[in-house]
Amino acid sequence: MSENNFAFVSTSEKPQLPPPQGTTGAIGWVRENLFSSPLNTILTLLSIFAVYSTVPGVVNWAFVDSVWNANSLDECRALTENGACWAVIRERYHQFLFGFYPSELYWRPILAFVLLFLALVPALWDGMPKRGTALMASMAYPFVAFWLIWGGFGLEPVSSTKLGGLLLTMIIGVSGISFSLPIGIVLALSRSSNLPIVKSLAVIFIEFIRGVPLITLLFVAHVLLNYFLPKGVNFDIVLRVVIMVTFFASAYMAEVIRGGLAALPKGQYEAADALGLSYWQSMRLIILPQALKISIPGIVNTFIGLFKDTTLVLIIGLMDPLGLVAPTLADQRWNGIFVELYAFIAFMFFIFCFAMSRYSMYLERKLHTGHR
Amino acid sequence: MSDANLADVQADRSKMQISDTDVAIEITGMNKWYGDFHVLRDINLKVMRGERIVICGPSGSGKSTMIRCINRLEEHQKGQIVVDGIELTSDLKKIDEIRREVGMCFQHFNLFPHLTILENCTLAPIWVRKMPKKQAEEIAMHYLERVKIPEQANKYPGQLSGGQQQRVAIARSLCMNPKVMLFDEPTSALDPEMIKEVLDVMIGLAEEGMTMLCVTHEMGFARKVANRVIFMDQGQIVEQNEPEPFFTNPQHERTQLFLSQILNH
Repeated sequence: MSENNFAFVSTSEKPQLPPPQGTTGAIGWVRENLFSSPLNTILTLLSIFAVYSTVPGVVNWAFVDSVWNANSLDECRALTENGACWAVIRERYHQFLFGFYPSELYWRPILAFVLLFLALVPALWDGMPKRGTALMASMAYPFVAFWLIWGGFGLEPVSSTKLGGLLLTMIIGVSGISFSLPIGIVLALSRSSNLPIVKSLAVIFIEFIRGVPLITLLFVAHVLLNYFLPKGVNFDIVLRVVIMVTFFASAYMAEVIRGGLAALPKGQYEAADALGLSYWQSMRLIILPQALKISIPGIVNTFIGLFKDTTLVLIIGLMDPLGLVAPTLADQRWNGIFVELYAFIAFMFFIFCFAMSRYSMYLERKLHTGHR
Repeated sequence: MSDANLADVQADRSKMQISDTDVAIEITGMNKWYGDFHVLRDINLKVMRGERIVICGPSGSGKSTMIRCINRLEEHQKGQIVVDGIELTSDLKKIDEIRREVGMCFQHFNLFPHLTILENCTLAPIWVRKMPKKQAEEIAMHYLERVKIPEQANKYPGQLSGGQQQRVAIARSLCMNPKVMLFDEPTSALDPEMIKEVLDVMIGLAEEGMTMLCVTHEMGFARKVANRVIFMDQGQIVEQNEPEPFFTNPQHERTQLFLSQILNH
C-alpha cells in the first residue's frame, strides 16, 4: 500500500463525480458565506440583530406612522407621536423641485428635464440606430434647455434669482458633468504630453484648482469676478457658478484620467506608433477607449462628488434644495421640522447618485472583453 | 535549441530572392545614449531587399534598441538611418511615412485588447491607408487565413492563446503591406508548444521574400531562415556572418562564449 502511494499512477479512467452534498446550492452558499467560521457566525448573528433592531423603527417612522395630510407641524404631532410629518413635503415639494420658478411656467423646466433624457439616450446607448445623427441632435440640447429655462426669444424671461431646488442642482450638476469630462481629458493628455509649455499650463491649472476649496472658488465667482470684469459686463451668477464647478471637477477628472493613461502598458502606445497611427488617431482609437474604461469608477466618483457639491452654492445665497430648508423653517407652521426635510433632500440626491453608480457598473461589465 | 521544433519545416532557400542593388535599410554611424549610458555605439548596417537577418546577443546588448530605432520607437542621437530611401529625422511626416512601410511584432504582442481580432487588423489600413472598411476586412481575413486563425476573427485578444495572439500580431502588421518586418523577440513570451506555430508563419514570410530583421534566440530558426546572423554585445555589432560559419566557426571570443552558453544546456 505504502509502496503504491509512493509512485501513484492512475491505472483506470476516473469518472467525473458530482460534488459532495451541501457544498453547492443554497445550503452550500449559506454555509460557505455566512457560517464558515466561528467569527463569521458571530458577525452574521450580530448583523441580523442590527438589521432587526433598526429597520422596523425606520419603516414605522417613514411609512406606518407617518402623516401626509396636515397644515402645520403641531397638527402632525397631534396625529402621531413617532411618525414622520411628510405633510410639509406634500405642501412644498414644488419649491424643492423648482425653487421660486413661476408656477404657471413649470412646464418649461419639466420639458427641459424630459428632453435631457432624450438627449442622453444616444450618448449612453451605443447600439442605438442612427446614433451619429442622434448625437448631433443631442449637441443642441444645452441651447434648447437654456432657452426653455431662462426664456427669451418668444418665451417669457425668468431671472436666475428665481431658479432653485432640484432644478438648480440639475443645471449645475448636468453642465458640470458634461463639460468636465472633455476638459478633463484635454488636461490629462496635456499633462502627459511631451510639450513642455502645454504640460506646465496643465500642471499649473490642475494644481491650483485642486489646491483651493470649492467654496473659495464659489466666493470668487460670487464676489471677485465683478471686480475683474469691465464695468457693465455682468455674467449671470448661475453661469459663473457653473464655470467654477466645471473647472473644479475638470481638475479632479484630469487626474483620474491621467491615472488611467498611466495604467496602460507602454506596448499599447508603441504598437499604435508602429502601425503609423498619428498622435490623435492613437489617442482616440487605442489609448483613450482603454484609459477611460479603466477610469470609469474614478470618473463616476467625480461625477457623484460634483453632483453633491452643488449644495455648496447655498453659501453664496443660491436656493438649492438645502438652501430652501431655511425659508421653510422660517414659516411659523413648520418651525422645528428638520429630519423630514433633510430626509427628503437626501432621498432626491440618492436617486440620481445611485442611478449614476448603477450605470457605471453596467458600463464596466459591458466593456469587459476578457483581458487583464 | 529549437531544432526539434523546426525539424519538419525546411525553409526552401531557393525561393528566397535577395536583391543585389535594392537597399531596404541603411544605417551609418548610429549612436544612442540613455542619459550617460552609451547604449548603441557606431552601428553600421546595410540590409538589402529580401534579406533575412537574425540579431542575437546577451540581454542589454542593445539589439532591441537597434531595431526599435528603425521605426523611431527609439530616437538615435547621432548617425543616419535611411529606410526605403527615406532618411529618418525628427520630421513627423517622414516618421509616419517610414512607419507605414515597416511592420513590427513585439515580445508581448501588444494587440489592442478592446478591439476584436478583425478590428485589430483593419484599424491601421482604414485610418492610416484610408482604405474602405470592406476592402480592409477582406485583406485582414486573407492574412488571418494565412496565419491559420480566420475562425477567431470576432473574438477579443484576451480570449486567444499566446501563440494565436502573436500570429494575429503578425497578420496585423502584414495588413499594412509593409516592405520590411521587424521582430522583437517574437517567441520569448510563448510556451514551448506555441513557439513552432509562430516560427512557421515567420518562415512562410521569409519564403515569400519579405525583408526581415529578427531579434531572437531561436538559433534553429536562424540557421534555417537567416542569410545573415548578427551578434551584438555592449551596444556594438561584434560579429556578422552567414549562419553556417557563424554557428560552426565563430570568430570573436564573446560570440563563442555566448553560443556555448545558449547551445549547450
